[in-house]
Amino acid sequence: MALSQDDIFAKVQESLVDALGVDDDEVTSDATLVGDLGAESIDFLDIVFKLEKAFDITIPREELSPEDVLTNTQYVQDGKVTADGLVELKTRMPWADLSEFETDPRVENFGNLLTVGDLCNYVQTKLGA
Amino acid sequence: MRWFWVDRFTEFVSGSHAHGIKNVSLDEVVVDEYQPGFPMLPPTLVIEGMAQLGGILVSEHFAFEKRCVLAKVGKAQFYCPAIPGDQLSYKVNMESVHDTGATVTSVSHIGDKRHAEIDLMFAFLEEGRFTDGPLFGPGDLEAMLRLMHFFHVAVDSQGNPVPKYANL
Repeated sequence: MALSQDDIFAKVQESLVDALGVDDDEVTSDATLVGDLGAESIDFLDIVFKLEKAFDITIPREELSPEDVLTNTQYVQDGKVTADGLVELKTRMPWADLSEFETDPRVENFGNLLTVGDLCNYVQTKLGA
Repeated sequence: MRWFWVDRFTEFVSGSHAHGIKNVSLDEVVVDEYQPGFPMLPPTLVIEGMAQLGGILVSEHFAFEKRCVLAKVGKAQFYCPAIPGDQLSYKVNMESVHDTGATVTSVSHIGDKRHAEIDLMFAFLEEGRFTDGPLFGPGDLEAMLRLMHFFHVAVDSQGNPVPKYANL
């Protein structure tokens, strides 16, 4: 039976509480992983392991971290993601809300982009695939 | 520098698990001085021992080609102190493997008594990030593995002895 959105959120929340040592009530849908929950780069690997186990899915590295786009001179100029780069990011990450990033698409802002809700959307696309 | 927190591998199956023992001796300076008046093996060094077993388990899975480091202690629960005369029996199981890292779960017993449960995550250092070059001097890791009887017990998933890796 397919998991409901609430089921997915509960499992994502449990994974983040475990990986980041935060409280349940801090893990809200609009909380950002880095800014609000204090995730560091090494935590993303831990989060990937926990989500893979919780949902029995495989998460290729480039799906959650499109570093190849953000370091490609075709898509980045003067430290900002170009219009072509934004199109590429949207294609690669249709589950992420990029609207705020689009207003100031500096590469350094990308790290604090992902929210708990984005992760839930990502998992949902993986489960529906 | 001596930094051996496992005395001996007792079982090793490639990609599956690593078992080992650690004897606690009053002669060890850290055991005597960690908590004056109450000698015990510091819990952090139990974690280190598990990390040595787990790190070898993960590294061997990748034929010792990756630069594997302990990245995160996910859980560390201790149920009793390990005191001089105790023999700790460590059991480490591979849980998840990725091309960027791996996780293991582990448990320590003193006789029949559960002593600790520890979950660890390892990451692989990429060239160009952090420091480049090997983590061990030539032959150092092989010497450590020999001292710990790794090659006495290590087998692949078919039960055959693991190869003598030329890159150790």
